[in-house]
Order: sequence, then structure tokens, then C-alpha cells
Amino acid sequence: MSRLGDTGRWGVGLALGVGLCGYLIAFQGGFSDWLTFTILGITTGAIYAIAASGLVVTYTTSGIFNFAQGAFGMLGAFAYWQLRYDWGWPAPIALAAILLVVAPLFGALVERVIMRGLEGVSEITSTVVTIGLLAMAIGIANIVWPPAGRRVDQFFAGESVTVGAINVTWHRIVIVVVAVAVAVGLRFLLYRTRSGVAMRAVVDDRSLSQLNGGNPGRSAMLSWGLGASLAALSGILIAPLLQLSVLPLTLLIVNAYAAAMFGRLKSLPLTFAGGLVIGIAENYSANYLDLNTTEVAGVSLAGLQPAIPVILLFLILIALPSERLRTGGVQRVRESARVPTMRSALLAGGALVVVTIAASRVMSTANVTRLSLGLATAVIILSLVPLVGYGGQISLAAMTFAGLGAFAMVKVADGPGPLVGLLAAAALAAVVGAVIALPALRLAGIYLALATAAFAVFMEKFIFTQSWFFGAGSIQVPRPEVLGLTFDDDRSYLVLLSVLFALLGTGVVWLRRGPFGRRLSAMKDSPAACATLGLDLTRTKVGVFAFSAGIAGIGGALFGGVSGSVSSETFLFAQSLPILLMGVVGGIALVSGALLGGLLLQFFSTVGENFTLLASALFVGPLITNFALVAPGLIGILLSRNPDGLAADLVTAVARAGRWVREGRSRPEQDTGPDPLDTATFERPLTPAERAAVDRALGLDPQELARGSA
Amino acid sequence: MALLEARGITVRFGGHVAVDAVDLEVEAGAVTGLIGPNGAGKTTTFNVLTGLQETTAGQVLLAGDDITRLATHKRARRGLARTFQKLEVFSSLTVWDNVLVATEIHGSFSGGGRRHHERTVAAVIDRVGLGAVAGERVDSLPTGQCRLVELARALAIEPRVLLLDEPASGLDDGETRQFADLLLDLVRDGLAILMVEHDVPLVMEVCEDISVLDFGRVIARGTPEEIQSNQDVLDAYLGSELG
Amino acid sequence: MTFRRHAHPGDAADPPLEPDPLLELSGITAAYGRIQVLHGVDLVVPEGSVFALLGPNGAGKTTTLRVAAGLHEPSGGVVLLGGHKVNGARPEDLARRGLCTVPEGRGVFPNLTVRENLQMATFTGVPLERIETVAYDRFPRLGERRHQLTGTMSGGEQQMLAMARALATDPALLLLDELSMGLAPLVVEELYRIVAELAETGVSILVVEQFARTVLGVADRAAIMVNGRVTRVGAPADLEEELSAHYLGASE
Repeated sequence: MSRLGDTGRWGVGLALGVGLCGYLIAFQGGFSDWLTFTILGITTGAIYAIAASGLVVTYTTSGIFNFAQGAFGMLGAFAYWQLRYDWGWPAPIALAAILLVVAPLFGALVERVIMRGLEGVSEITSTVVTIGLLAMAIGIANIVWPPAGRRVDQFFAGESVTVGAINVTWHRIVIVVVAVAVAVGLRFLLYRTRSGVAMRAVVDDRSLSQLNGGNPGRSAMLSWGLGASLAALSGILIAPLLQLSVLPLTLLIVNAYAAAMFGRLKSLPLTFAGGLVIGIAENYSANYLDLNTTEVAGVSLAGLQPAIPVILLFLILIALPSERLRTGGVQRVRESARVPTMRSALLAGGALVVVTIAASRVMSTANVTRLSLGLATAVIILSLVPLVGYGGQISLAAMTFAGLGAFAMVKVADGPGPLVGLLAAAALAAVVGAVIALPALRLAGIYLALATAAFAVFMEKFIFTQSWFFGAGSIQVPRPEVLGLTFDDDRSYLVLLSVLFALLGTGVVWLRRGPFGRRLSAMKDSPAACATLGLDLTRTKVGVFAFSAGIAGIGGALFGGVSGSVSSETFLFAQSLPILLMGVVGGIALVSGALLGGLLLQFFSTVGENFTLLASALFVGPLITNFALVAPGLIGILLSRNPDGLAADLVTAVARAGRWVREGRSRPEQDTGPDPLDTATFERPLTPAERAAVDRALGLDPQELARGSA
Repeated sequence: MALLEARGITVRFGGHVAVDAVDLEVEAGAVTGLIGPNGAGKTTTFNVLTGLQETTAGQVLLAGDDITRLATHKRARRGLARTFQKLEVFSSLTVWDNVLVATEIHGSFSGGGRRHHERTVAAVIDRVGLGAVAGERVDSLPTGQCRLVELARALAIEPRVLLLDEPASGLDDGETRQFADLLLDLVRDGLAILMVEHDVPLVMEVCEDISVLDFGRVIARGTPEEIQSNQDVLDAYLGSELG
Repeated sequence: MTFRRHAHPGDAADPPLEPDPLLELSGITAAYGRIQVLHGVDLVVPEGSVFALLGPNGAGKTTTLRVAAGLHEPSGGVVLLGGHKVNGARPEDLARRGLCTVPEGRGVFPNLTVRENLQMATFTGVPLERIETVAYDRFPRLGERRHQLTGTMSGGEQQMLAMARALATDPALLLLDELSMGLAPLVVEELYRIVAELAETGVSILVVEQFARTVLGVADRAAIMVNGRVTRVGAPADLEEELSAHYLGASE
């Protein structure tokens, strides 16, 4: 492939496409069927292309991959419904209001208030902030538009034209016309207007753009406004073809990721081409391949069709040219977590078990279950600590590995017994983790995140739905037995969970303090330096992927044991998003952060459940029920202010309190005051005394400084 | 025979030739200098030697073996270590852990237990003179000391050939003196060192053999005295005079 | 605040500027993270003069220039432009008020065409037609290639384009960083001929340069920087002898 130039590749692609179409026309049902399916494919593809082009525009100009792009589209569709159907505005006015006013303002606001604060944070944090935005958008949509049979009609509903032998609805024609208009409009904006040229200039060289007098902040707001408007447009166009409901519209964007990757997140023409390819591939496979009833060696292919866009996404990602190791110098990031000693890890683990035992004696049965779910979730989040926190690799598939673990537990517990089942859960997830890591390893940052997302969606659609896997209903998950001890009682299971979390957590700290953990941190800081010291980066990455997946597998098996049953719906890709979100919110480089994240996630959904009845009497009902999404989303967004997570704050506070207790009140002012170096916390100008403290902490000579500022 | 040898290595970025048929020889027991103005291709040459940059043409030989197509980490295992002009320290780790990681990576393919590793780390840190800051996180150190951390890290894998990319920038005069002594000390033990450096007095002092790079080509090679009196070199550095 | 040299339409009401220092840095300290690179730099560029800032690599020349351009906020000291304190001012605001900076490397956007590069210069308030006229008159080759991506042009042509921006936008102060890096001697000569031309029109210029001799031919004053400090300021002729010592250590 590498010998072919771009033209050559296009030629091969075109020839294959024409050949396929010819074959389909000649042997598979004739021209009119083919034309129907092609038109259907082109129109879906055009919508993907519109959504993806918005994604590309914001990514290139701001460097932030907006995972909430689909959620923006969903909000746009609902807002359109509000104006058009609930308030009865005429369609053109409603459209103009959404596309030209509401969505652009919303996008610009998001850029100005949230994204601009993200300068200098790692890609992990910025990714999680957009995931937080996604969660919050879903929560808000559920609050404002509680589920009900809303529908958005097609444009010019009921009218169609005849092309050859087939009918094409006006709506589909509108879609194609709009997509062409968007393509032409973007081209015009980016190449013919000064604002557009300035947006491209920022991509090329941000500081040179400033030296020319361009304002990158303004360009970024413009691109986020544009991205939000394109998202809303795609949402409004697709809503009549699907249904007006929150999650499907939000997650449809995953298909657009593939289109965006087709253009390598850079080229808009290739993005449009990618959208069309994916739309057509989806429709051909739905109509020409009889996947729903086909079985190969006991494997039903029914789930393959909805997985086609993510399969394409994965293939495109691993076909990307491997990135050279960057040697531009180590970038400073704002995140920095401290490493606990083994002693404090053991103490904390012991404390957790003791507190849990006490809690299990006094709490209600319902709360015991909730706390158990929180701890099991914490184990799954813990799997991300070595991978994301130490090693700097983003994964959006934690729940998928958890699902593999639950599956292994179910299958193995019947035979060799539940304890072996737990080990099998770790083993199966670890092996799959290693296998999936191999092709994905050449990728880094956002590309790796997307590859894991593609894997997660593929597993959810294709594997988890198999009758021999989770099937259509739910399956029973046994609880482990240890040395003849059973944990059928919920209270004793809770204690078991706390012991296992303490053990695994201590193990993760032990790993971090050992050679492998040091290597992971080193790799996160500078892969190039690691390679020049003789480290095999591939083996290290496969190792940490497998280790992480193994923990997630155990977490999944334990999670299933809490309620006793799981289904294919338990381990959706969408569930991995709050896992990563709460992990980072808690503190992704800390075991205590994982615990905090798991408990918080459970706490938020408990608050939601408990107050439903009470709150539905008041207007706040929907707010409370969606607390589970809104709250983490909000905290996630606030990460731009505190990228180390909550647990880091707690650790600092506890350490400070500990020092205060030990040293008495001899030096209370210095110990309880803010860290003198943490100038970011100062809201007001420093007093001379504080400035002196900062200088002392920095080791600066006051006289030297006095000379400097004179 | 030179321990590390480059034969006609060439790197093209699009139409631009960054390194143009460069020959280099690095002997054991000596410091070889590689100097030249900004943008002459020195760092790109280092990247080629360590495998971080593919060559368009030419060969790299280590102890007579062709390592041109070998992955970076495999070259390191054969005894090729380097430092970076733009710092690549493990900034979230302490000085001690920076060196320990290197020792452990080295140990994973050459053996040695934990005690052995810790002794190595202590010895290396002591040798480069970072003992006083061994427990500090690297991101709290000034540039000069970060360069020493990179040097210590490179020494920890017990290399045969050491490539130093501007190791003395950021060191003050006293530190540079000590650094020069350390270099001479290292080559007395049989190490081969190739050094890119802008501190010309330092280069003139420690290097026996100097190559001058300009526009990606070697324009001169010789002893410090020969280089100092070479008109081409002076022109490359100072530019031609405008009439 | 504005320190434009020539009055443009709309700027007519501005009071005449003080004759002396156009750019004045005093006691500038600057750091990347906790690593300090400038330890109190003092520098004065008088109006209408060409000032050369020389010194070995890593001395802090580029950082000094970045501070003056507003790209790097100093941790201490004062930056005065036309007598106004501009510490913390955004680079785009300085650029719109008559400061033109050609940064290290090539001061062009490689994925933009020649014309689009010139269009970026219109943020200074000068209309595109005028910029194009000036640029293409002075460099006919640029006119021939106005729709070519600048990344595909030679280094010399790219640097010409960067200089065309300086010529056409009529700045009060021009900051040039390593203009000659990686360019053939003939091209460097041509570039410095333009610098001399610009100087004759009265633009104040601060040049950071490794090719010391080249720049000393056009400079009125020069300074040598070592380890984040200005160690010597003087007439170019006085400094020339010291230079080879700094670069090659010949006299040591």
C-alpha cells in the first residue's frame, strides 16, 4: 500500500467500488433495488458527513476532540422539536433560530467557558471534560424533555419524486442538497473569507497567527459555534429517520467518528467521502447480506450489521501510518499526583475493610446493595488507574472488559467453581485486552481512545448479543467462594468486596512502586527516552493493557455478583463513559480516586432513585432523577479547574491535617495556609508577605528579585 | 575500526535535505565533537544514529554490525545511549527513580538483582554529582541539572557509545568545568562519546576529533586547532560579510 | 495605545511619538516553568535604528524577542513600547498596533497560499489590495505563485514572503529572529538588503542573528547575550572582534 501514491489508492478504491456496484446490479436483484439502497446509503452517509465535518472543524482549530458532538446534535434536534411542534413555529423560522442563533451561541459559550480553560492539561483530561459535557447534555435533555412519544416529521412529509423506477422522498433530497450546501459553504468559509483563513492559520501556527494580529480565541469560538451548528443540523435531519430519543441520537455520532477518521481529522473532502462510504456500506450490508439469519459455526452474524461503521473505524485507525516517536521535549502538564507508600496503602486498605464491616452491620439491606455496587464499580474504575493514570493510555472499553469477566465467571463457575471463575474472569479479559492492544498500540491519545471505543461498540453489538454469550435475556452470575466460605448473604458479600478492593488496590500501588510502575510513568513522560534506554514500548503497553483488562474482568464478575444477574445491556459502550469520567473526577492516578469515583457514581444514581417519588410532586423531579448524569457531568467539566481529581485534594487535606495533628499547633499558620507555590488558587493580588513566601518556596533571592523589578 | 560509524547517511524531509551524505566515526576512549550552526542537521543526525529517524540512504554501524534497520530499543541494548537537546526527562519522577528506571530496563535484559540496581543508581548519581538532589522530582530542577539527569540515565544502561546533544547548555561555568572533567573521566574508562555542543571552549578542550556540520554536510573535520583556524568553519558560524 | 510610525487614516489624531527609545526592556526576567532563562535583560532600541542581538545558542535571544512580541510573559521587569508599558499585552494586540514579528524558522503558514498568507496580514488594518501590490512589486515571484501553498516553496521564497508582510504593513517596529537560518548565503544577502531598505524608511528593527558578520553590516548598534544576560552593548565594529571568541573560543 505504501508504494501507491494517493492517486493510486483512490484509483484502487474507485475500481473496487464500481466493481462491487456492477456485481450487485447484475446478480443481486437488479438496478432499481441497487438504486434504492444506494440512495438510502448516500443520504445516511450525508448526515454522518455533516456531523463529522463539525467534529473535524472543532478538532483542527482547538485540538479538542469533542465526544459530545453527538449530544450537541441530540440537543439541537430536541430544541427544534420544541420550537417547531410544541410552540408551533413555522419550520423555516425554527430552523433559522436553532442553526443560526441557539446552536452557534451554545457552541461558542462552551468554548469560552469550558474549553479555553483546558490549555496545558493532558489529552486525557480534555477528553474526559467533553465526556462530562456529553453526560450533562443527556441529563439535561432528560430533564427538559422527559421521555414521551415525540416525533419530528420529515421535511415535505409525504411528498416524493420518482427517479427511474423508484420513489425518493423529498426529505432525502433535502438531505443531499443540504450536505452539498454544507460542503460548499465550508469550503467557501475556510478558503474565501478572512475568518476562515484565520481558522486555518491557527491550525498551522498558532503563535504566528497572533503575530499577524489574528485572534485565536475568536477563531476557536467561531469553530465551536460552527461545530455545534453542524451537529444540530445533522440531528434535525436524522431525527425523523430514527426516532426522537436521547441515547440513540447521541451515540449515532460513533458512526460519524469513522467518517472523520477517513479524513484523518484533517481533510474535509475525505470526511465527506468517508461519510458516504460508511452510509452505503451500512445499507448494502443491511439489504444484500442476509446477516440476520446467517450463522457461521454457531456464531450469529445478526449483530455484525450495526457494527459495520465501528469495524470500518477500527480498520481505518490501524491503517493509519505509525507515528514517529516525538522528540520535541517533554511537555509540562498540570496534572501531578503523589505516590503513596506501601505502608499507607496497607493502612488505607485495612481502614476500608474495617469501615465496611461496621457499615455492613448497621446499614439497611438496600444500602448494603448500593454500597456493594459502588465498590464493584470502584474495582472496574481501578482497572483504569495503571492504564490511564500511570501509563497515559486512554481506554473507553472498561465496561467491555468487565463484561468479558462476568461472562467467564458465569461459564467457569458451573464447572471448576466460582473462585476459579474469578481467576478466569481476569484471564479472559487480560488475554482479549492484550490481543486488542496489539494492533491499537501504534496509536496514541485520541486515536487510541477511538480504537477502544470501536472495540467496545463491536463487542456490544456483535458478541454480547450472541445467544451463547449474554443472549437476549439476563443470565445468573454466581458469587465467589473462598476456602469453603460462601457469600450468599449480601452483608458478607459487601465485606468480601471491600477486602478484594483493598487487595487489588494495594496491588496496584505495589505495581506503581515497583519496576513496571516506574516504567509506565517513564513511558507516559517520554516514550522516546524510554526507547533510547532499551525499553520495548510495545511489550510494556501490551502488558499494562492486559493487566488493566484483568482487573476490569474481576470487577465485572464481582459487579454481576451483586445483583446476581447481568445482560448484554449491562456492559454497553455508553457505560464505559461514566466509568472513565468518574475515574478522572476521583483522581485517575490514585487508588483512592478509583474508590471515590465508584462510590460517587453509585451515590449519584442512588440520590436519583430515592427522591423520584418525593421530587416528582415538585418541579425538581426530573432534575433529581437525572442527577446521576448531571452531577458527574458537571464535576467532569469542572476538571478544567482541577485536573488532578478530587482524591488528590482529599489526600492533600488529610496529609495536612495529619501534619497538623502530629506537630501540634506550633506552626499552624504555615501548615494550614495554602501551598505557597499554588499561585493558581489566589483570587486576589498577593500581599507582600505571601509574595515573600512564594519566593522562599521557589528558592529565589529576594535581593535579586528587588533588582529585577526595579 | 571506529566503534560507531555513519556512512553517507541522508535524510530528506519532502524536498529539503536535512542531512546530506554524512560520514562520522566515533572511537572508543575519546570524545568526538559535532558542531555547526543552528539548523545544520546535528540533532537529526543523532536521531538517525539512535533509530528515531529513518534514513533515506546510508548505513549506521555499531562495532562493525549494520544497525541501520534496528529498532531504537534494540540499539540501546547493544550499548548505544543518548541525551536530548530538548529535554526528555521523566519529569514526574525523582532523580533517583529516573536513573533507577534506566537501570531496571537495562537489568531486564542483562540481569542483576535489586541490590545491584540500587548500587548502580547510587554510583551513577554520585558520579554526575546529583547526590544532593537525588530525592527531588525532576520537574523542580533547573535545566542544567536536568541535563545531568539525562546523562546519569544514559550512563545507567552501561553504554559503549554515548551521544550527548548539547549537554552543557544551562550549566554555569563551575558546573561546566566539572562536566568537562567527568567527560574526560568517562572516556578514560573506554567509553566512546559523540557530543553536539555550542560551548566551543568546552568542545575545544575535551574533543580530540571534531566534525563541523553545515547545511547537513560535513564541511570540515580535524583537531581543535585545525578547526579553529579553518576559514570555512568561521564563515559557517559568522556568515559572510556584506559588502 | 498605539505607536504607529506613519499616520494611517483614522490614526491621524494620535499625538506625535517621543523621539527616543521605541522599545525598551528593563530588568526582564523570564522562565519556562520553574526554569529561569532570562536573568534581568536590559535593552534599548532607539527609534529608527537597527539593533542586532547576538550570542551563542541558548543565551536567551529568542526568549527576549518573544517577550518583546508579547508571546511570552516575563516574570519580572518592564517592557515599554513607544513609552507605554505593555507587559501582559496579547501579541495580536501588539501586532495590530504596529509591531511586526518574523519568528524563527519561516514566518509563513505552510498550508496557506501566498495570497492567504498576505490576507492574514490584513488584521493590522492594511487592506489586502495594498499588501498584495507592495509584495508583488517587490517580489514578482510571489505574484506568479500567489495561489501556491507556501509550504511547497523554497526556504528563500518563504522568507521573502515573511519579509513582504513586514514591507507591506508598514510597522513601527520589526522583530526578526534568525532570518538566515538554513538559507544559502546569496539568499541571506538578499534578505539583508531588504532589511537595509526597510531601515532607510525609518522602521526600527531588532534582529536576532547567529550569522553575526552579516548583520553587523547593517546594524547601528549591537549587543551580545550570554546565559540570559546582556554582557556587552556597543557599536558593531567594536563587537566584531569579540564575536569569534564567543563562537569559536579562538582567543581563549
